Amino acid sequence: MYVAVKGGEAAIRNAHRLLADRRRGDPAVPALHPSQIVEQLALGVDRVMAEGALYDRDLAGLALMQARGDMIEAIFLVRAYRTTLPRFGYSLPVDTGAMQIERRISATFKDLPGGQVLGPTFDYTHRLLEPELAEGGEPPAPERREVAAEASPRVTDLLGHDGLIEPDGNGDGEVTDITRTPMEFPLPRDGRLQALARGDEGFLLALAYSTQRGYARSHPFVGEIRIGEVEIELDVPELPFPAPLGRVRLTECQMVNQFKGSAKAPPQFTRGYGLVFGQSERKAMAMALCDRALRAGEFGEDIVAPAQDEEFVISHSDNVQATGFVEHLKLPHYVDFQAELDLVRRMRAEQQEATDIKEAAE
Amino acid sequence: MNAQMVALEGGFPDPVFDAQATFRAVMNAMAELGTRQPVHATATPPAPLSPTAGALALTLCDQDTCIWLEASLTSEAVIAWLRYQTGATIVDNPAQAQFAFVADASSMPRLDAFAEGSQDYPDRSTTLVLIVDALDSGEPLLLEGPGIERRSSLAPTALPGDFRSQWRDNGVRFPRGVDLVFAARHEIACLPRTTRILEPAEA
Amino acid sequence: MNAPTGSIASYNFAYLDEQTKRMIRRAILKAIAIPGYQVPFASREMPMPYGWGTGGVQVTAAIIGPHDVLKVIDQGADDTTNAVSIRAFFQKVANVAVTTRTDEATIIQTRHRIPEQPLKAGQTLVYQVPIPEPLRFLEPRETETRKMHALEEYGLMHVKLYEDIATHGRIATTYAYPVKVEGRYVMDPSPTPKFDNPKMHMSPALQLFGAGREKRIYALPPFTRVESLDFDDHPFTVQTFDKPCALCGAEGVYLDEVILDDRGGHMFVCSDTDHCESRQGDGHRGQQEGTFR
Repeated sequence: MYVAVKGGEAAIRNAHRLLADRRRGDPAVPALHPSQIVEQLALGVDRVMAEGALYDRDLAGLALMQARGDMIEAIFLVRAYRTTLPRFGYSLPVDTGAMQIERRISATFKDLPGGQVLGPTFDYTHRLLEPELAEGGEPPAPERREVAAEASPRVTDLLGHDGLIEPDGNGDGEVTDITRTPMEFPLPRDGRLQALARGDEGFLLALAYSTQRGYARSHPFVGEIRIGEVEIELDVPELPFPAPLGRVRLTECQMVNQFKGSAKAPPQFTRGYGLVFGQSERKAMAMALCDRALRAGEFGEDIVAPAQDEEFVISHSDNVQATGFVEHLKLPHYVDFQAELDLVRRMRAEQQEATDIKEAAE
Repeated sequence: MNAQMVALEGGFPDPVFDAQATFRAVMNAMAELGTRQPVHATATPPAPLSPTAGALALTLCDQDTCIWLEASLTSEAVIAWLRYQTGATIVDNPAQAQFAFVADASSMPRLDAFAEGSQDYPDRSTTLVLIVDALDSGEPLLLEGPGIERRSSLAPTALPGDFRSQWRDNGVRFPRGVDLVFAARHEIACLPRTTRILEPAEA
Repeated sequence: MNAPTGSIASYNFAYLDEQTKRMIRRAILKAIAIPGYQVPFASREMPMPYGWGTGGVQVTAAIIGPHDVLKVIDQGADDTTNAVSIRAFFQKVANVAVTTRTDEATIIQTRHRIPEQPLKAGQTLVYQVPIPEPLRFLEPRETETRKMHALEEYGLMHVKLYEDIATHGRIATTYAYPVKVEGRYVMDPSPTPKFDNPKMHMSPALQLFGAGREKRIYALPPFTRVESLDFDDHPFTVQTFDKPCALCGAEGVYLDEVILDDRGGHMFVCSDTDHCESRQGDGHRGQQEGTFR
């Protein structure tokens, strides 16, 4: 009877103490340090940064540890911290064309300037468990290549030179900020992309998958995926050049989709775009597919599938919102339940009475 | 002192609590129709922006808001103070302003020149701050509407001549429309758009 | 940071930064000026989950000052875990006085109930709202419901209530029962039982509603007309209880059913714990006085 429990404060305190104990686990096993998470569970850390919308590997590692490995809880911790941070300004758009590339692949061309670079990928690993990881030991040092003398222009830029793909805007104009202004549908594309970039990986993955299975098919090709570091710069009025603030690792996916054209306009490929903090091809690709699906209105396509429905996708993509509202059902609702209980009892009694009267009359 | 020097001075001595107290005064004045709410916070903006109006600006305006100023307030000193203290953008078009400050009611545009919001978003409308000498020595206005059980009255000084008819038109546009804050010495009162001003015959 | 004391040095007074407070304060003023209209606001992430009162917490944080006395209730009770948690939050970040006494509070944050004791002028009731849009379960799209409010097109709501009557012989909505404000906006009263709807009408207190996840704030100024939707042949009625509170003997209040055993034994007690305790303090007794709590 938690209704009647007095001393909720003590109960909460004790619950949190127990949580701390369970988080620590068996004291015979050495405790983790967040730095181990940052270094050795780096893709988990990347996901927390991406969906937490805060680029700070140490904080994301700490959040993962505090959350006992619960991704969404860790993302929530990072978001709740992020919202308290003062805002100094808006950085310049990053130039992913100038990225220091660690991985770069294109599915649309066999070879291209800058080459295909596999980088640290799970692709082509055989998914066999490796018991030797549990035994420790250091892996051999990676092969190193010379810094490529050749530039690695974006595939979409190469296609763009010939007008084969739609242009991508010039990056001018006011940028929407979904964290500062309440969302109003329909959203501009930049607002939508912001929401997708912090959207839940699993949700976007499922939606992207649905487009491949015929729910708003868009004939996608991976023009390019690139992963690496880019420079963040800020325009400071007092300085003659943008001030460099540091580097962040990003994953960018440029999806090249079915062409559009008309009697007047020659056919062109269309774009879907994904950009994510850290290394997450799955998220970047899913985001790009969702972005393209959500542009249906722009291209005059019929809106028939869930992935094309902006209000549906954007309103439900944020896992911090989703988990909060789903989980709030465990809060007490007994006052409303009492109201329903009372109504059901009354309706049942009335029905019984009606049946009794009818039977008595027969 | 030049305008730049003036701009650096006269903010709230205690920004967090002065803003909170001033906001509560505006909130109560907006909610409890016809009541006069004291404002104790001490902002000292350059004249003719009054200390009470200055406190309202510090409380409600920032880089996310646009302010329109009536002609008598468009001095370099007032503009510099508002820009420095709040970060707000000063606009020329009253229809673009979230907040409008008026010191001389005789030179203000009609109420329908300000943003009235849209039928979908009636909240996107201007809040006008009228600087007045007093709330009890002008022509008495008998008020009715949400916020007061029956009726109440206010007598702000220096209203525009045809204020009653302008206010009636403002009410006709509901849910669109502007909201008014009268900023007197150390006190304020509000007329939200839902307020009806009774004709003397109805009293 | 403008922290008034060293103990909360890393966060501002009442947690929110001043820019966020201004944004919320502007929304509150417009909400008061347009009673029942949902003002969009740039809701922030809070250190508690969405759906657990982030809207109410943001509203309270934007209005609260050092002289306020705060009461927090959930299901009418001060001692339910989420109420305890939110009260502790404000004690920590705003260092304000708290109370369980309805008449001592200047701000009451609530989830799912309005206190039994009539509120007074000068008090502010802050509701935590999960789904602010009364039309949401009839039309899931914000783009559509916004139009309906703009055009005052509420036929769909009446159709829904009438379908209830056709199916169940009565309006089967028992909580979050829609109201019309000052004859204009249809408003969701938050999931309070409809028992509490009449308390909203012409209340001397200011009522503010915060929906954090859905990013909306709305308000009822004091002395605002709030009418529950109904039909001439099916007028609005509130729940009644057959027995008084088993602990304090109160009648005409909202009761919780408490299950005593697995053989159908139960009793009914006040959902408003402060009201019940005050009555017991004044010597009122119910039939099962002393067996519980």
